[in-house]
Amino acid sequence: MNRRFSWFNATSITLGFAFLYLPMIILVTFSFNESKLVTVWAGFSTKWYGELFRDQAFLNAAWVTLKVAVISSTVATVLGTMAAYVIVRAGRFPGRTMFSGMIYAPLVMPEVITGLAMLLLFITIGLDRGVFTIILAHITFTMCFVSVVVSSRLATFDRSLEEAALDLGCTPFDAFKSVTLPIIAPAVVSGWLLAFTLSLDDLVISQFVAGPSATTLPMKIFSSVRLGVNPQINALSTILISIVTVGVISASLISKRSIARQRAEELAAVRT
Amino acid sequence: MDQQSANRPVFAPWNDPNEKPLIRFQNVTKKFGEFIAIDDLTLDIYRREFFALLGPSGCGKTTLMRMLAGFEKPTTGTILLDGQDIAPIPPNRRATNMMFQSYALFPHLSVWDNIAFGLKRSDMPADKIGARVEEMLRLVRLEKFAKRKPHQISGGQRQRVALARSLAKAPKLLLLDEPLGALDKKLRQDTQFELMDIQEKTGTTFVIVTHDQEEAMTVASRVAVMDHGRMIQVDTPDRIYETPNSVYVADFIGDVNIIEGTAAPKGEGMVAIAWAEGQPEIAATPAGQVAKGARVHFAIRPEKVAITTEKPEGRANAIEGAVHDIAYLGNISTYKVEVAGGRMIKAQVANDRRISRRDISWDDRVWLSFTDTAGVVLLS
Repeated sequence: MNRRFSWFNATSITLGFAFLYLPMIILVTFSFNESKLVTVWAGFSTKWYGELFRDQAFLNAAWVTLKVAVISSTVATVLGTMAAYVIVRAGRFPGRTMFSGMIYAPLVMPEVITGLAMLLLFITIGLDRGVFTIILAHITFTMCFVSVVVSSRLATFDRSLEEAALDLGCTPFDAFKSVTLPIIAPAVVSGWLLAFTLSLDDLVISQFVAGPSATTLPMKIFSSVRLGVNPQINALSTILISIVTVGVISASLISKRSIARQRAEELAAVRT
Repeated sequence: MDQQSANRPVFAPWNDPNEKPLIRFQNVTKKFGEFIAIDDLTLDIYRREFFALLGPSGCGKTTLMRMLAGFEKPTTGTILLDGQDIAPIPPNRRATNMMFQSYALFPHLSVWDNIAFGLKRSDMPADKIGARVEEMLRLVRLEKFAKRKPHQISGGQRQRVALARSLAKAPKLLLLDEPLGALDKKLRQDTQFELMDIQEKTGTTFVIVTHDQEEAMTVASRVAVMDHGRMIQVDTPDRIYETPNSVYVADFIGDVNIIEGTAAPKGEGMVAIAWAEGQPEIAATPAGQVAKGARVHFAIRPEKVAITTEKPEGRANAIEGAVHDIAYLGNISTYKVEVAGGRMIKAQVANDRRISRRDISWDDRVWLSFTDTAGVVLLS
């Protein structure tokens, strides 16, 4: 394949990437701005990062965000993996199609609606809004993403491996633990990373279900910006961008590389 | 089987009325929804047998094996293992092990750990496991590969790891699901003899599922030919080949000429089969009584048909025809001869002469001949 890199291709790529990344480049650049004025460049400085780490309100928000992201993505991974396992493995049972459809529905559900629904639920059952309700809401909406990642892995998983484990004396749970889980582990890890990143930058749902006592970083940024953009926010956003970037890149690397490698090993192990 | 004398006793427990079968299928039926996979099947398999289930795909042979392993339950009927109904026993508590068609080696475990996998879940003390794994590795000659992962060894080696893993727990019954399907022909033949050797050494009862009739004939003590969930014939390989009980079995195992005709008893247990207008009737020896005028199929193997350029003297049957096609296979040649009514009859000849001296060619007039006991008379 000898494909020429024509001027048309070059233009498309430049335009596309500019459209996607120009805003972020500006934001990152101005986070290193000396001046207090966000749009006027006055030399390189990292002082806004320093100020950020002295701001107690931001640090609190960061702590809440991290706590929410770790707990919710972990619980979502467990639940999502279980759901994926049932959908792929349990064969035909009444309501299977409906069940699997319902797991994936939150993927396309507008966040505002999910947020509103969660809010109404918490009010109805009289749950005080705070960190706990944010965690619950995040589990709900990230679980389906984990489920999608894990079930796509399970779909290509050779069932006879589990049967072999049963045949050799495993109980069904032991077979899952010692054969299935180690093999699908990369998909589970990348599902966790995806859930973690989604939880980290969620604003809309958190807005609905957070009480006055709990504020996450995206909420903090949003409320500060309404009072006017300051360079501190740029610095904070830059940090968030890096965390999310690292998360997404490692998730996709883990899923692409090690799933592909494992799949190859598995294929090699079960066939000539 | 415990004598080591030069004239080994014939291994035929199925002929011994006092012998208790290891496995007994009693009127077993298995349905998947409306589809009947196994249809009212009754079968005994004896200890130390190498039993082959043979049939085209979808004939129910794999379902039968999966019922033995515990992955499927019979819809009706019972399966007894050592006299005990195994239907309620889950696969992990059965004294059977299975070697999977795909081998199903655990990709994240080494060869050693794959073989030890079942032992670690048995009541074998931990300090005995190592010795047993080593023993298994020796049996399949893979001592050097113990630390490798399955993707680091060849297909033939993987197949041996799968065999070692399924034999490690010393099952009463070993199930082999198309175990050699993924190997190339040469390796497959070597492995067949290796399997027989291992089966003899360990004294385990083997049940093998295969669609390869040559494989079934090579390894098995008895072959069961299945079709549409029914047993068509269960017998030793030589009897399956020489005395098939139906057109289906005759046609499924090996190459065969089938000639349809009308039978008439001729005395001394013989029949004459009229098969074409103006042609001499075929003289044959049926196994039982054949009524006058019965429609029969006469089945004869191509290697039992002789081909000559002159009409042979003293042969019970001789049919004239023209050579239509010659398939040269090196060691043998198959002649396809067109006889009366456009019917094709195949004759197989060992090539004991060099090809340049072969005296029969395309379109030659030839005579096909065979004795009156060479073929089988099958009632329609």
